[in-house]
Amino acid sequence: MSAVSATDTDFLTTVRDIAERVAAPNADMVDREARFPVETVQALREARALSALVPVELGGDGVPFETVAAACFELGRRCGASAMVFAMHQIQVACIVRHVGGEPWLADYLRRVANEQRLIASVTSEVGTGGDMGRSIAALTEAGEGRLSFEKQAPTVSYGAHADDLLVTLRRGPEAEPGDQVLVLAQRDQTTLRQNGTWDPLGMRGTCSPGYLVSATLPAEQALSTPFPRIAAETMVPVSHILWSHLWLGIATDAFDRAREFVRAAAKRNPGEPPPAALRLSQLLSELGLLRAEVRAGLTDFLEMSAEPGRPRLSTMTAAVRFNSLKIAASEQAPRICQAALGVCGIVGFKNDTPFSVGRHLRDTMSASLMIANERIHQTNAGLLLIAKEV
Amino acid sequence: MSDATVIEQIRNVIAEHARLPGEAADLPAGASLYEAGMTSHASVSVMLALEDAFDVEFPDRMLTREVFESIDAIAAALSELAVGSSA
Ligand SMILES: Cc1cc2nc3c(=O)[nH]c(=O)nc-3n(C[C@H](O)[C@H](O)[C@H](O)COP(=O)(O)OP(=O)(O)OC[C@H]3O[C@@H](n4cnc5c(N)ncnc54)[C@H](O)[C@@H]3O)c2cc1C
Repeated sequence: MSAVSATDTDFLTTVRDIAERVAAPNADMVDREARFPVETVQALREARALSALVPVELGGDGVPFETVAAACFELGRRCGASAMVFAMHQIQVACIVRHVGGEPWLADYLRRVANEQRLIASVTSEVGTGGDMGRSIAALTEAGEGRLSFEKQAPTVSYGAHADDLLVTLRRGPEAEPGDQVLVLAQRDQTTLRQNGTWDPLGMRGTCSPGYLVSATLPAEQALSTPFPRIAAETMVPVSHILWSHLWLGIATDAFDRAREFVRAAAKRNPGEPPPAALRLSQLLSELGLLRAEVRAGLTDFLEMSAEPGRPRLSTMTAAVRFNSLKIAASEQAPRICQAALGVCGIVGFKNDTPFSVGRHLRDTMSASLMIANERIHQTNAGLLLIAKEV
Repeated sequence: MSDATVIEQIRNVIAEHARLPGEAADLPAGASLYEAGMTSHASVSVMLALEDAFDVEFPDRMLTREVFESIDAIAAALSELAVGSSA
């Protein structure tokens, strides 16, 4: 079943093939062992998928954003953790590509992402501010000779141990207010990661996301000159919410497909008599349809707003409300669908080793509402709704 | 309303609603309110209070960080809504 309309480019065909051939057969093992999906990421590297969003003139493949979103969906259908790693990386690339300005170091860096297929991790959340991305405690400090340094307590860094680089939010300087943030690209060879604790979570286990004390010393040019609040509003927040919801839709779609297979198998055993679960499958499809519609609409709105010169609408509060509500809706609907799929399949869905198992799907999508806590996002929207008008 | 009165009134709104760690009275009109410590949460209160104080409604296209970046920027936005010397 195709749930996302996108031009079926070679890129999408390649990623779909990797999802089916590499991600799917390893998904249960990645989940059980909470290990990084090395094979899938390696295959994506070989397909040059890590530089999909880098423009052609910088050596990348200039793949349209909607195709990358569709790729998140395809990976999500086969392995939620692989899809999340892919999506998180693309979010970081998008932040740099869309805010590179005239900065030669960053343009050069994007060429290296393309040539070396570098994998970028995200260090936005922080111990002490939780999921409030708009505030930082850790600050950049002068380290002499045009160099800067920082030390940040990160509660969750997905694939931190496997990344080539980290994109980190920090206060601009030791005197800066918590909201006066910059985004800094720290290369692995400039960075020390000291792991705090272990990674044995309920779901999204293959993202390998323990906490770290992250410290680095780097040249000042590695701090993006566009202020972080602008990057967050125009790119990081909407792109995260769109790519995440595509992969959650992918996971939910696979849960639905498994439920459908279950019903078909039951129908074949008793031809002429529709199995009782068929009715629940029909209800499940309408729930999936709602999720699919919201995910598509969110993408369409973003593409429209991004196409305008200067992207003025993306920095409005109305846009913030719009992409926040996409995240809330998709993160709540996806686990609901997985749970309903479990209801259709019954015990064979509950078991972890049948063709109808949906436990991993349910556990993976349960991370969605806390990946930036929905209560927090609701609180932000509640404030914005007092002032935004045409939402 | 003169420009000076408008600036004065904006300053009052900021003093009351921006929850800055420092004194709003000392803030240069061109200084960034965000750098001075206004959170996005507090900025919503500022916008609401401005709509009330000047009896205007900011249209959605004006509801951006930049428009509320400083006292000067707010004054410019209000004058676009015909508040100030030309009104
Ligand atoms: C699989 C996964 C991978 C992740 N990977 C990364 C990564 O690579 N990099 C990264 O930076 N982050 C990552 N995160 C995000 C990060 O781990 C958490 O979202 C973030 O640390 C928030 O943690 P928290 O839930 O403890 O904190 P909080 O956001 O503080 O939430 C804690 C609780 O308090 C409530 N709460 C807090 N503030 C408010 C408020 N203002 N109003 C109402 N309720 C509130 C919340 O609802 C929640 O119940 C990842 C998360 C997941 C699930």
